[in-house]
Amino acid sequence: MAKIKLAKSKVDKLVEICKSFNNEGSELINVLHKAQETFGYLPAEVQEIIARELNVSVAHVYGVVTFYSFFSMVPKGEFPISICMGTACYVRGAEKVLEEFKRQLNVPVGETTEDGKFSISCLRCVGACGLAPVVTIGERVYGRVAAGDVADIIKEYQS
Amino acid sequence: MRLAFSKEDLKMEKMIKLTIDNKQIEVPQGTTIYEAAKQLGIEIPTLCYMHLGDMGIEHKPGGCRICVVEVEGRRNLAPSCNSKCEEGMVIHTHNMRVLNARKTVMELMLSDHPFDCLVCAKSGNCDLQTMAHQFGVRELHYKGEQSTYKVDYSPSIIRDMDKCIMCRRCETMCNDVQTVGALSAVNRGFESVVAPAFEMDLEKSTCTYCGQCVAVCPTGALTEKDHTNQLIRDLADPKKTVVVQTAPAVRAALGEEFGMEAGTLVTGKMVSALRQLGFDKVFDTDFAADLTIMEEGTELLERLQKHLDGDKDVKLPILTSCCPGWVNFFEHHFPEMKDIPSTARSPQQMFGPIAKNYLAKQMGINREDMIVVSIMPCLAKKYECQRDEFKVDGDPDVNYSISTRELANLIKQANMDLSIMPDEDFDNPLGESTGAGVIFGATGGVIEAAARTAYEVYTGKTLEKVDFEALRGMDGIRSATVDFDGLPINIGIAHGLGNARKLLEDIRDGKSEYHAIEIMACPGGCIGGGGQPLHHGDSSILKKRAAALYREDEGKAIRKSHENPYIIKLYEEFLGKPCSELSHKLLHTHYFDKSNEIEIE
Repeated sequence: MAKIKLAKSKVDKLVEICKSFNNEGSELINVLHKAQETFGYLPAEVQEIIARELNVSVAHVYGVVTFYSFFSMVPKGEFPISICMGTACYVRGAEKVLEEFKRQLNVPVGETTEDGKFSISCLRCVGACGLAPVVTIGERVYGRVAAGDVADIIKEYQS
Repeated sequence: MRLAFSKEDLKMEKMIKLTIDNKQIEVPQGTTIYEAAKQLGIEIPTLCYMHLGDMGIEHKPGGCRICVVEVEGRRNLAPSCNSKCEEGMVIHTHNMRVLNARKTVMELMLSDHPFDCLVCAKSGNCDLQTMAHQFGVRELHYKGEQSTYKVDYSPSIIRDMDKCIMCRRCETMCNDVQTVGALSAVNRGFESVVAPAFEMDLEKSTCTYCGQCVAVCPTGALTEKDHTNQLIRDLADPKKTVVVQTAPAVRAALGEEFGMEAGTLVTGKMVSALRQLGFDKVFDTDFAADLTIMEEGTELLERLQKHLDGDKDVKLPILTSCCPGWVNFFEHHFPEMKDIPSTARSPQQMFGPIAKNYLAKQMGINREDMIVVSIMPCLAKKYECQRDEFKVDGDPDVNYSISTRELANLIKQANMDLSIMPDEDFDNPLGESTGAGVIFGATGGVIEAAARTAYEVYTGKTLEKVDFEALRGMDGIRSATVDFDGLPINIGIAHGLGNARKLLEDIRDGKSEYHAIEIMACPGGCIGGGGQPLHHGDSSILKKRAAALYREDEGKAIRKSHENPYIIKLYEEFLGKPCSELSHKLLHTHYFDKSNEIEIE
């Protein structure tokens, strides 16, 4: 095993998560979901422990983590912003909205602002195409967002 | 990967009639179009499909799309490697539409492939190159983005992922066959690539350097670290005495690189070629294999005796330790069991210290003026000779190892045609070997050689028949009980690391009944090593190579290691007795827990 740099409580938590899925290698995606929900992201150390607990190779875990855009190896912000780039949102101007978020927060897609407050990611369709373009921040959904709305949306979270 | 059907299964299947290229054929239900065509003598080209029949290894991701065929009545072309035959199908494997599609797929692949064919290590032996030529690709109509990855140099294997076509054969070998788990497809879409965890260098992964990924790579993405130029420089240096040792499996495969039939023994021709190349002495790793039997066999009998005397702490079964890929495997994956394998070094690493401590003195030269080179069917051997414990003040016992493929290239470079070389004998004293040393190259060979000597030493009787046929064969895991004059010795054999893992897990769980287990990392043993001429998925080649080694064994005057006159002399003059203090210093080793060495960056 790698030189684990996580706190013991976190390791224990991960072991518990894996156990709740019977340490089945085939449950890898569910375990990763739960782990990301718990820790906010999936750093290398977390992947090492999951691989050990599920008895699969670390390379395989890393392969799955890098395949799905939902999984992240960098910490997400306190308020994770996701801009839908699905077909409907895209044709209705999602790209301009994305550019505006990037400009205002000064971070590229997949990264987090220095104060740890916001992170930007893209996703493909949240199933609310009637509201296109759609932006989600945490659990909250914003519909028919225009580039001009971005500053106001960010302001809501800055107080 | 999945197991192929056994004949019994197929008998119960319904038969299906279909037409391929205007020829009728009847095949059992479940047969793929690719296999059915093959039965008609139609070789559909493919870059990703791989079927090593005897080993139950089948890889058919349907990813390369080169094997597409037209099925009448279907809108799209079908990948023949993973499309099943259906009743009444009419298939065309080479009509205009198919040929155009295949060529387009190839052109798209080439649009993201470097154009350094002329200087690529795989040039002349590259499936991608051969197929581009076969399809008559003369210009590329597509210009697009090209992948750019850092080349990863490990002690044995070089990864140049710009040349990867994502056939994923290496992944099947690494994960399903070898269960090493060093490689996985990572990322997505254009960015996807086969890499170790966290895209670290191979050296920092769990890689064992078995080289099976290199053996099946259709392009130059995975190649061996080439030591040929270093060898040419050393051969040209008049101050250096350069001696060579050749592993048993090399002589059974080298001829293939010169157009000879698989299984042609080229021992004598190889010796004369090596002498022509300028080696000062041409020796045989088989001599060191005989020495290994003396040490490992003695260790087996010592442990066995302790066990019979009621010693509860003695570690049984004893595991062979000749295979460096296997040693890397248990150091990474089963470090808690590192005191079970024999401490005997591999033949390569026994040869080195004998050459540099015993022979050098006899020849009146200094250790540092002697270069010991090994010719090996193996890529893990390149790493093995670089291990710190096999060096004296920084000077390696074996300076470097070159593969069978590298030797073939070197012989060609020196304007020699192996097929017309005269037969010559090895030099003495380190060139004399027995039949027991020769069979080290095939799965089951090491333990058979050990059994021949251990039986006679333990019982004090002469074997009536030296052939232990029960230990031979190609099944991944085999077992046999050998009668040591009333004492039944249970022997296990595994080749391929996935099979080895099963035996190891049994030992860990206390379920193993074996006294001794032989493990070789590569399917087939060293004859199927990662440094051998490429078998392109034809497992009959491995069988022919194994048969060649048993033929050479049969033809030897002496077939038991302890009867090798030069081995007897070596113990008399130098080592004393097997497992003596000097033997332990020079011929034995210890193992490391490598599981902590995986770094995260």
